[in-house]
Amino acid sequence: MSTKPVVAIAMSGGVDSSVAAALLVEQGYTVMGMMLNLWNEQDSERSNRCCTPDSMALARRVASILSIPFYVLDARQIFFDSVVRPFIDGYARNRTPNPCITCNRIVRWDFLLNHALAAGADFLATGHYARITQNPDLSFQLSRGVDPSKDQSYVLHVLTQQQLKHALFPLGAYIKQEVRQLAREFNLPVAERPDSQDLCFVGTSGDYRQFLTRHAPHTQNPGLIMDQQGIVLGQHQGLAFFTIGQRKGLHLTSPVPLYVLAKDRHRNALIVGTSEQLGGNQLVAEGVNWIDGYPPESPLHALVKVRYKSHDFPGLVHIMSKDTIRVEFADTLRDITPGQAAVLYNGDICLGGGIISDPTN
Amino acid sequence: MIHKKQIYFDYAATTPVDPRVMQVMLPFYSQAFGNPSSYHKLGQDADAALENARETVARYLHCLPSEVIFTSCGTESDNLALRGSAFLARQERGANHILISPVEHHAISRTAQQLANVFGFELEYIPVDKFGQIRLEDIAARIRSDTAVVSVIYANNEIGTVNPISEIGELCQSKGVIFHTDAVQAASYLPLDVRSLHTDLISIGAHKFYGPKGIGALFIRRGLSVLPAQTGGGQEFGFRAGTQNVPYIVGMAEALRLAQSEKEERTQSLKPLRDYLIGTILEEIPDVQLTGHPEERLPNHASFVFHGVDGNALLMMLDIEGFACSSGSACRTGNPEPSEVLTSLDLDRDWALGSLRVTLGILSTSSEIEKFLAILPKVISKLRKLR
Repeated sequence: MSTKPVVAIAMSGGVDSSVAAALLVEQGYTVMGMMLNLWNEQDSERSNRCCTPDSMALARRVASILSIPFYVLDARQIFFDSVVRPFIDGYARNRTPNPCITCNRIVRWDFLLNHALAAGADFLATGHYARITQNPDLSFQLSRGVDPSKDQSYVLHVLTQQQLKHALFPLGAYIKQEVRQLAREFNLPVAERPDSQDLCFVGTSGDYRQFLTRHAPHTQNPGLIMDQQGIVLGQHQGLAFFTIGQRKGLHLTSPVPLYVLAKDRHRNALIVGTSEQLGGNQLVAEGVNWIDGYPPESPLHALVKVRYKSHDFPGLVHIMSKDTIRVEFADTLRDITPGQAAVLYNGDICLGGGIISDPTN
Repeated sequence: MIHKKQIYFDYAATTPVDPRVMQVMLPFYSQAFGNPSSYHKLGQDADAALENARETVARYLHCLPSEVIFTSCGTESDNLALRGSAFLARQERGANHILISPVEHHAISRTAQQLANVFGFELEYIPVDKFGQIRLEDIAARIRSDTAVVSVIYANNEIGTVNPISEIGELCQSKGVIFHTDAVQAASYLPLDVRSLHTDLISIGAHKFYGPKGIGALFIRRGLSVLPAQTGGGQEFGFRAGTQNVPYIVGMAEALRLAQSEKEERTQSLKPLRDYLIGTILEEIPDVQLTGHPEERLPNHASFVFHGVDGNALLMMLDIEGFACSSGSACRTGNPEPSEVLTSLDLDRDWALGSLRVTLGILSTSSEIEKFLAILPKVISKLRKLR
């Protein structure tokens, strides 16, 4: 009987998870493929983009090329309840939620991990670009993937020590081009597939605004667009359809570009201003997860990312309570957005993070 | 753990080809490869093998060889039977009404739905009892003067329930209505005598009884009007044109001969194993129900629903533990919606989502059953904890 560790690899039919699976097989693990059947809009032509019949057929094909078993698990209910519903509710509450973070926390690293462990796996692996290392005290550290344009530690900042203990990220040390090259070398039929996009569950157009209109009609709630002085500049169709820092879709005539500065829930007003007026130099984040399992000494200097694709900004982090932090920045940041995560780094090491709360709180 | 030697408990899905069957097929690939329609000796040899096979099949169906049509599979037989008889019944006597059960294989139910939705037939379902069995009086009450065809599955694939085909056949005969039965599952273990079954059309497929995949047959009672689905060179008495697949046909005939002549022994050896399996599972696992009829079911067939268990995850865990089983749903895609068959049994969703089918075959042993019974309770309890 084999004593090699058993790894369940979450497969999506995309290039990343397929190459991750191939690398695990090459490294001698006993590997099994698992795919989640996720919720998608009823009556829409397509399935959830991560699990269309096409993606599923490709994942199955990759598994057969690698000679590993492949299983599809039904996660539609939990995905809807824990990812889609909060996404809709978040927008309805004028936030800009990040469903990938919730999906990782609840669907992948709880539901799927538990199924994998129950099925006898020692590890769950994904095609994320991030790295895990073990400290001398045997605790685990999460670091950025080496490809700065692909690093996904931002959406993984929710992982606990218990989850990291069972997590493998085979792509953490690779850059995307190398992964595509590996896919060709492994003869995987996914090498040229386009990178997946966020919001896998939103229909063909990929437009979350139409999605919101379909699933939360009350988000259609016209109001006024005004500047910080309260001078009315135009009309909007609903605060939910805008996000902080947004410039397009305001339909205003102005000599200088105007940006969404804030959403005033009480007046149902969209507050706009110039790029100089945009931004803030502090934030509060809640529901904070510390990768170490406990908060560090406060205050602490850290690099902070306030969106998946934003740059690092140095900040001073004050730990307010076990799961609340306040971050002060030397610079003014343009896109501090309630509902997105503020993720803290020490160099490449991810320290943890939390969800940015409303400025009114 | 994974990569264990697999124990196969999915004989209702398909069976391995019996080596004796494979042996009789081999000559027809290379030495006797002729086209049965050819004029020359090589063709005549192939034709002889083809007609010999037809006679063998006819012998077990107690029908004329000219009443046996070879097709590509059970599904094609079902399609030809239902569509072909419905079209001509409408043309010849204006019959527009189709009666089927809700526990038909998709080969029948989807075909009937297409006849209704695309071709304007009126489709009516016969109710079933809690075992998924059809009652005679429910058919009697629904047969009309304009009923084109009645189709009732002989033994259901998902829940194993055997229907009273003889009685239904007699009823249909007395009312002058065409009666078809899908005997794809039944052919391995139940009598196929068309004289006592009183059927006009019977579908079978070889791979359910240790024959090759891709070959089936349809019994068409002499004189019955069936519109050919495939037209061409007039093979198969004009019902199904196309060069016959001689090696597969020869293989199917041999497989049917073995199944029908060995069916007592096969039943004798499998039924006690199956009964022990069902008994132990019902005794040792909480919140489980047998689906289908407790007695009137295929002798190799056991099917269950487990409350609060995800059927997909169950199949995954069993596969990892080395057992190839099946469920009552289109599980390959991770879409465990309860099947139409399970839905027709009035099971609550919390039960119907946790279905499991264990079907035994000639290679099954009591030690395989013991191994399975040692694992299943653990797997069920693990899965219930995950919810």
